[in-house]
Amino acid sequence: MLSAEEKAAVTSLFAKVKVDEVGGEALGRLLVVYPWTQRFFESFGDLSSADAILGNPKVKAHGKKVLDSFCEGLKQLDDLKGAFASLSELHCDKLHVDPENFRLLGNVLVVVLARCFGSEFSPELQASFQKVVTGVANALAHRYH
Amino acid sequence: MRNKRPHSEEAAQTCFWPIRITSKLPDTMVHFTTEEKAAVASLWAKVNVEVVGGESLARLLIVYPWTQRFFDSFGNLYSESAIMGNPKVKAHGRKVLNSFGNAIEHMDDLKGTFADLSELHCDKLHVDPENFRLLGNMILIVLATHFSKEFTPQMQASWQKLTNAVANALAHKYH
Repeated sequence: MLSAEEKAAVTSLFAKVKVDEVGGEALGRLLVVYPWTQRFFESFGDLSSADAILGNPKVKAHGKKVLDSFCEGLKQLDDLKGAFASLSELHCDKLHVDPENFRLLGNVLVVVLARCFGSEFSPELQASFQKVVTGVANALAHRYH
Repeated sequence: MRNKRPHSEEAAQTCFWPIRITSKLPDTMVHFTTEEKAAVASLWAKVNVEVVGGESLARLLIVYPWTQRFFDSFGNLYSESAIMGNPKVKAHGRKVLNSFGNAIEHMDDLKGTFADLSELHCDKLHVDPENFRLLGNMILIVLATHFSKEFTPQMQASWQKLTNAVANALAHKYH
């Protein structure tokens, strides 16, 4: 899926990512930009405004959890389907999440990275990351039935 | 809420059920709030159309290489640097983003604004409408790289709504 150069580029950029912050921001932005996704987080408390969402400690914590698992996926780019098999079953069987939302979250993550890194987020890097987030979304959808 | 069936014959004789809507429902258009319009306009005022337009189109061609098929006459698209530096890509990107500027002035009637372009892209250019959504996403990413501070979640939401609505308007006349 990714060439050796693409893997190296993705890994080196991601090493600079503040996982604590970026995860929460990506999830928060998903909930703001695509408000229907809030339905999966009814237990998270105050999601009544963009500021409330971005400041919500449960959103930040869950965002970090999501990004941590994304980081684990980056170590297994040659077998994303294997890496995300259990999470795929969980999201289908227990959480009942429409897989389209994985693609939306992936796209939001790309926007957050673009914002964080500015011109450093070159078109080549963007292309590589887009492949990764698409691969992760597909892997998360793979066990759906 | 469902209409309830009458409980008795007497009630059935006296009430109208079911209620029939006889008037045609209005065409649903995307509604932008005052705040969303203001947010979009405030960022647009800072946009260098040539730079952002050219970069958005170039990123589309790089990130989604199959889109290059629509630009066979543009010359050298063999590498990222060739695409980013290609004068025809820059010029066309500026043209595309200028039409976004037109969209921002007519946010209450995007379908009308893009009617001719929609027919063009369907009948003459044969562009899969999915590519309009991809280009819209590229514009967001380029705005995010250029306007880190201004590109708040609310700003992103407003622009995502706009790019989606423009993509839908461009697809509206497809047949």
